[in-house]
Amino acid sequence: MNPKEEKVKIITEEFIENDKDAGVGRQKKTPKVARQKRKKRLPTTGPEEMVPENLHFNQQGPVPEDSDTRPLSMTSRRGPRSLPPIPSASRTGFAEFSMRERMREKLQAARSKAESTLLQEIPTPRPRRLQSPSEKEMETEFGTEADEEVQRTQKEDDSQSYSRVKFCDSVRKIKPKPVVPPGFPSAEEAYNFFTFNFDPEPEESEEKPKAKNRDGMNQEEEEGEEEEPPVQEHKMDEEELLSAKDDEDFLLGLDHAAEDFVVVRPADYESVHVRLQMEKELLFVPSRLTVPTYKKLPENVQPRFLEDEGLYAGARPEVPRACQNIMENRLLTQEPGRKWFGDDGKILALPNPTKGFPSRPPVLTREQDIKAELETLYKKAVKYVHRSQHMIGSGDPSGNFQLDIDISGLIFTHHPCFSREHVLAAKLAQLYDQYLARHQRNKAKFLTDKLQALRNAVQTELNPAKPHKSLDTTQKAINEYKSEIRQTRKLRDAEQEKDRTLLKTIIKVWKEMKSLREFQRFTNTPLKLVLRKEKVDQKTDEEAYEAEIQAEISELLEELMEEYERKMEGYRASYQQWKAWKKAQRAKKKKKKQAVEEHPDEEMEEPYPGEEPVKPVPPEPTDRALVEQQVRERAAWSRRRPGEPTLVPELSLAGSVTPNEQCPRAEVLRREDVKRRSIYLKVIFNDKEVSRTDSRPLGADFRVHFGQIFNLQIFNWPESLTLQVYETIGHSGTTLLAEVFLPIPETTIVTGRAPIEEVEFSSNQHVTLDHEGVGSGVPFSFEADGSNQLILMTSGKVSNGVAWAIGENGIPLIPPLSQQNIGFRSALKRADAISSIGTSGLTDLKKLAKWAAESKLDPNDPNNAPLMQLISVATSGESYVPDFFRLEQLQQEFNFVSDEELNRSKRFRLLCLRSQEVPEFRNYKQIPAYDREIMEKVFQDYEKRLRDRNVIETKDHIDTHRAIVAKYLQQVRESVINRFLIAKHHFLLSDLIVEEEVPNISSEGSGILGLSLFKLAEQKRPLRPRRKGRKKVTAQNLSDGDIKVLVNIIRAYDIPVRKPTASKFQQPSRSSRTFSEKRAASPTTHSPTHSTDYPLGQVLVRPFVEVSFQRTICHTTTAEGPNPSWNEELELPFRAPNGDYSTTSLQSVRDDVFINIFDEVLNDVLEDDRERGRGIHTHIERHWLGSVKIPFSTIYFQAKIDGTFKIDIPPVLLGYSKERNLIIERSFDSVRSLSEGSYITLFITIEPQLVPGESVREKFDSQEDEKLLQATAKFQTECALKFPHRQCLTTVTDISGKTVFVTRYLKPLNPPRELLDACPNSPQAMEELVARYVSLIPFLPDTVSFAGICDMWSTSDQFLDLLAGDEEEHAVLLCNYFLSLGKKAWLMMGSAIPEGPTAYVLTREQSHYLIWNPCTGHFYGQFDTFCPLKSVGCLIGPDNIWFNIQRYDSPLRINFDVTKPKLWKSFFSRSLPYPGLSSVQPEELIYQRTDKAAAAELQDRIEKILKEKIMDWRPRHLTRWNRYCTSALRHFLPVLERNQGEDIEDDHRAELLKQLGDYRFSGFPLHMPYSELKPLIEAVYSTGVHNIDVPNVEFALAVYIHPYPKNVLSVWIYVASLIRNR
Amino acid sequence: MAAAGPSVFLLMVNGQVESAQFPEYDDLYCKYCFVYGQDWAPTAGLEEGISQITSKSQDVRRALVWNFPIDVTFKSTNPYGWPQIVLSVYGPDVFGNDVVRGYGAVHVPFSPGRHKRTVPMFVPESTSKLQKFTSWFMGRRPEYTDPKVVAQGEGREVTRVRSQGFVTLLFNVVTKDMRKLGYDTGPPDTQGASGPSPQQGLPP
Repeated sequence: MNPKEEKVKIITEEFIENDKDAGVGRQKKTPKVARQKRKKRLPTTGPEEMVPENLHFNQQGPVPEDSDTRPLSMTSRRGPRSLPPIPSASRTGFAEFSMRERMREKLQAARSKAESTLLQEIPTPRPRRLQSPSEKEMETEFGTEADEEVQRTQKEDDSQSYSRVKFCDSVRKIKPKPVVPPGFPSAEEAYNFFTFNFDPEPEESEEKPKAKNRDGMNQEEEEGEEEEPPVQEHKMDEEELLSAKDDEDFLLGLDHAAEDFVVVRPADYESVHVRLQMEKELLFVPSRLTVPTYKKLPENVQPRFLEDEGLYAGARPEVPRACQNIMENRLLTQEPGRKWFGDDGKILALPNPTKGFPSRPPVLTREQDIKAELETLYKKAVKYVHRSQHMIGSGDPSGNFQLDIDISGLIFTHHPCFSREHVLAAKLAQLYDQYLARHQRNKAKFLTDKLQALRNAVQTELNPAKPHKSLDTTQKAINEYKSEIRQTRKLRDAEQEKDRTLLKTIIKVWKEMKSLREFQRFTNTPLKLVLRKEKVDQKTDEEAYEAEIQAEISELLEELMEEYERKMEGYRASYQQWKAWKKAQRAKKKKKKQAVEEHPDEEMEEPYPGEEPVKPVPPEPTDRALVEQQVRERAAWSRRRPGEPTLVPELSLAGSVTPNEQCPRAEVLRREDVKRRSIYLKVIFNDKEVSRTDSRPLGADFRVHFGQIFNLQIFNWPESLTLQVYETIGHSGTTLLAEVFLPIPETTIVTGRAPIEEVEFSSNQHVTLDHEGVGSGVPFSFEADGSNQLILMTSGKVSNGVAWAIGENGIPLIPPLSQQNIGFRSALKRADAISSIGTSGLTDLKKLAKWAAESKLDPNDPNNAPLMQLISVATSGESYVPDFFRLEQLQQEFNFVSDEELNRSKRFRLLCLRSQEVPEFRNYKQIPAYDREIMEKVFQDYEKRLRDRNVIETKDHIDTHRAIVAKYLQQVRESVINRFLIAKHHFLLSDLIVEEEVPNISSEGSGILGLSLFKLAEQKRPLRPRRKGRKKVTAQNLSDGDIKVLVNIIRAYDIPVRKPTASKFQQPSRSSRTFSEKRAASPTTHSPTHSTDYPLGQVLVRPFVEVSFQRTICHTTTAEGPNPSWNEELELPFRAPNGDYSTTSLQSVRDDVFINIFDEVLNDVLEDDRERGRGIHTHIERHWLGSVKIPFSTIYFQAKIDGTFKIDIPPVLLGYSKERNLIIERSFDSVRSLSEGSYITLFITIEPQLVPGESVREKFDSQEDEKLLQATAKFQTECALKFPHRQCLTTVTDISGKTVFVTRYLKPLNPPRELLDACPNSPQAMEELVARYVSLIPFLPDTVSFAGICDMWSTSDQFLDLLAGDEEEHAVLLCNYFLSLGKKAWLMMGSAIPEGPTAYVLTREQSHYLIWNPCTGHFYGQFDTFCPLKSVGCLIGPDNIWFNIQRYDSPLRINFDVTKPKLWKSFFSRSLPYPGLSSVQPEELIYQRTDKAAAAELQDRIEKILKEKIMDWRPRHLTRWNRYCTSALRHFLPVLERNQGEDIEDDHRAELLKQLGDYRFSGFPLHMPYSELKPLIEAVYSTGVHNIDVPNVEFALAVYIHPYPKNVLSVWIYVASLIRNR
Repeated sequence: MAAAGPSVFLLMVNGQVESAQFPEYDDLYCKYCFVYGQDWAPTAGLEEGISQITSKSQDVRRALVWNFPIDVTFKSTNPYGWPQIVLSVYGPDVFGNDVVRGYGAVHVPFSPGRHKRTVPMFVPESTSKLQKFTSWFMGRRPEYTDPKVVAQGEGREVTRVRSQGFVTLLFNVVTKDMRKLGYDTGPPDTQGASGPSPQQGLPP
């Protein structure tokens, strides 16, 4: 509906209903109308002139612009509409014309009146301001309307002149510019008005004839017609709206034609009155007068007041009466339906509490459903301006909270010192309190009223005034009411009875008290009871009483009647039954008789089916007299008799207490006793005393006033708050009377709002007193004969208030909710059940609903609102209460794609894996931006690894056992690494900040502050420069190519020299050597016979050194002679795996630096001697002599390696021999020649120096005794203080990551049986064999497997199972073997070359010590200069640790006698005796015999693989294999194993020569422990055998594996190259 | 590649280390370097530089002006690890030793356009009074093992620092293909380009 139309409608209604307003409007308007009339007449020259229409038309033509005509617009506008356009209509009679004229006037009058009504409402003089957009629209509608009319006239009236058209056009052109206010006639309208004939045609309009008729009937009565015109107006408007569309079309069609005209017009003026008039027409002002109730209610309905019926009706909001009236008027006018009014005829002002759904209509936009509304929208984040001034320290955990405890006083309701009178007084006071409380509640009155209301309701229901309600519901309602009445009556009777009994008791006690006072002749208490009688009007009272009784009787009768009816019904039914039964019985009997007659033998066995039904007794009808008697009796008992004055007891303290002098002695004693007593309270908070009140004397009235407030500053949520009542008697001491438990206040209770509460307490102490006091817990009696005994316990009340304090800024100092958990629950228990429903689901909702339905809760009462709501929710089944609890329930809203989709994204997966530092992806660079760019194969490796985690791959590992071990190691490693990933992210200051250390006076070197100051004055370029430490570089900012390994090769000693091939059949003297010989090996064993073979000056050997690292190879120049000196620096670039230069990654580099020594052999390739003169054609061959292998990890951790190393030379080096004689002859240092083998002096470092990763600083958990751990810590600090560089080891980490005391690892363990059996009579050989066995277990540094984490020690059985370990494991095992062999053996911690810190084994022979390298199986004498062990830190035995406190730490210079405390500091001493630690090692090692067949198979496979490899390495040459040689070598290898690679060279050579004849031959056997295939291949590759590219070279390769127990395999690889001699 | 749309976006940063405010120090020079994540790679320009030594201006501003240009282009597939510029300022102490005067880091602005950034600078503190004295005396102040530490959050809790001064930086940022890869960093009007634009002669 158009708003405008609606408005008009309202206006019309206004007119209909409110004549007064219209009248007011009219009064105002009449003069104006008159004036308008006058004005109108002026230009028209009045209708009286009877000018024909045409003439009139012509006259009026030039003056349409006159502003005076404008007020007529409405009429004029309407005019042409209702007029027929037929020109013939212009011929009208005068009577008609005048009538028309009058009609026009009337319309005008009505219109202006409406306008003035509007103006009344709107005081502003400018109506334009109030125009709403819709009104504006309306304006244009008016305008277009005019247009259309013009158009129509143009079309239909042929006689129109050109000028007129022109004029119309001009008008049209101007029209859009001035916005004509509504109701104003435009120029056109005015023009039309004046130019058209007003010819009423009955078929054109309905109103017009009506008006005409009226006019005809009573032309003078203008007033009577007032109602009509607006109606007409309204209809017209509707018509206009319909045609509005067409108008626009016209407008568009005509716009262009109007551009040529310019019309000069005067400025628009709108008179105030006109405007007011118009406003009055449009706007509606509701009346302020009160609307009579009947208007608001349906007809014939009496207002109903819920309050009077005892139902809850909420408090209506405060609205001024006038506003309410206006609203009501408006509603009545606007919506005739009375839905806005309640039953009481008042406007609905409160929400309906029983309404199940919200009243607010759902906001639904046009085409969106609810789901679309709920969809999550992305909004850009808006910056939140933080307002900090209102912030409270809610996050501040230490914010102090305050609990104010106000203890105002204490009253004893019983005390041992009570006299009898006091007891009665207390009782009286108590009763009186009860009375007061009851009086205040006045339940009886309430129930009486309710009863009354219910009765009324029944009356109204019974009244047949409400026909619309079905009879059924009415009946039901009545029944309900009746049952309610019954219940209410019962309750009321009970209440009244209680009231009455209470009153009686009060009086009785008071009487007793009075008699007691009289009896004892003194008064102890000031209590005084006054009974005030309130006279009542006897007559009315009696009437009321009687009426009440009558009502009750009638109700009772009704009830009884009902019951009677019911019983009668039952009786009738049962009677019928009985009758039927009887009949049946009789029939049966008859039948039976016949049966008996027929079958006399048959006995009457048939029993009756049940007991014979008793004949029912009809119920007695009720006797009215009896009922009345009952009712009266009850009333007499429980109610005040009619006419009896109402008794109001008043207790006062106005009585006087008898002074002491007049009291008997016993009483005086009692009073004295009371005076001596004093009371104080302790405040116990969370079971701790926090404060106590002052001690106050007990008053004679047994009241103690404290009036103290305690402010408890608390930190935690209070769990309990207790007051302890203490009593002090004289100076004797205090006794705890009772404890009072105070409830902890709700968070809403703050200081100032807390009510003072009385909390009762009582004690169970027994007190007997020797004076008047009745004592406590002892029986006493008021009677003279001692009967009717009473036992009273001390009890009382503490009045207190507990509340939360308010801080300075008005914030309550309440602890945050998180701390309240415990307190909250306990508070919940105390709270009433209803209010706590829903908070924790205490109650079964279904049961609750049932209960609520039964108890008929008033659904209107807001107190019940949450409950009703809950029930409606619970019972409707709408809300699904999940039985699970979900964390982060909003998470789903924030997920932008589903989890599956997210997981499917390869990019996301890649990012995740990288952030988890999964090894494959740790340094993945530039993860592609799109999924499609990520290849599936990126994940393949990773997925394969995941898949293979449990599958044992035997491809890489030929031996299955080793494969399992490798897998296991890998897994251990992974788990350990994962475990320490977090630890790795812990930083120390030194990791981040470089800071000069504080010069420490005690520190070694140039540490003293003074010295370093002195350094400042040092010369910049001293004459003798000293080496300065390099700056260390952290691995963070490194990249490929930044790191280089520098290898400085200085010189070598004792390189094997070539053997002239000519010499044949040398038979060297072989000798079996013993330890002693070895220790002081003399060169005499070697005969100097060889020397003769070498002519002086002949080049013995031309060695050069090749260093290979990560497949990069560098070599030195070739030097000459067996003791070459190169002094060259080789630079090898280092590449970290994956370009990751982090410490972890560097630590796990497993590459080795191979330093190989070759002999460069020049072979003359010239076949023809004739060529010799013209050129030199030689072929260079390189023969491998030996190698040194240094793991990169060692270099990395040591930073530099500097020293002389033993070259690993194969035991047999075909074509070469050691040239010892020469050395001696040249009188070399004899010490050097003591040892055999060749040596090389090296210096290796990394440039720039890298900071080695530090071991994890985490403390591991331990199962060791705490004292022991403390002792170890102490021991270590003490040792470190003295010798910071010496290694001191007390605790180690076992494989499960626990700290274990180191001596637990040492325990005698049995070596394999086979080894012991091998050489039963030679202990030395056995020891050597054992050492060899241990050395055959592959070496795997912990730092490699557990990069940067820590040194882990595995026990010997674990070590043997893993078949891999580093120095410690080897050393421990070897030491344990030695111990089991009955030797004295120690684990020796120290540092060696090249290993760095390491573990060796020290054994004591008869007179000397031997140092064993467990990884190689070699042993050295204590004074062996070539012993790789360079320093000794500590010795570890099975039961003690000794730290080296000698001045020197070189094994050459120290004394190994651990019994000397001056040289060795022992861990366990007399102050800390050895506690007998149990070992972590197993009782016994069990060795499985290794499968020989498997070993043989492995041997074949290795050989095959190696051969393939060699062929692979020689891609451009043909590789021929010499089978003879191979088989010869194969036979030779077991011999080597048997002899452990010693002193068989010459035998072997002879044999080879015998077999192979004239081959130039170079070859060597390699010996290694077997762990994996890769090291074997690597070793073969490093010898460079394959590099020989002489065309006719042949190769021989043999592999031999000797199995030792427990899968320890010794691998021999014999590689040889043969060149046939011409 | 052109058909499939870009697989990397480019970030070109130029600008300069304009000036510094170090009220107590004079004759300072500055080093800068960029720290970026694994998905980033520099394609052109210098990632690090070291400026000339500048002395304080004689006017009231006492500014240390370097006007040291920065010009570097990165490519990346992922905004994670957006480049940060790490600045470290050095200057002589009373004894003439070169000591660090401040570290600071700031992210390269995300949105294209001209940005000015003022970076507060700080230095690590000595661990003790004695250390402080000796480090002052010896001219070996505590330094970060790597200036890039200031661009990372990990492990910073073990350090204590002191504020020193400010360095003002000017960045001109140009991005390419950010929008196409779905990263909207700037106001919409600055990201006009849409549709495949012809490959500019940038190195791959």
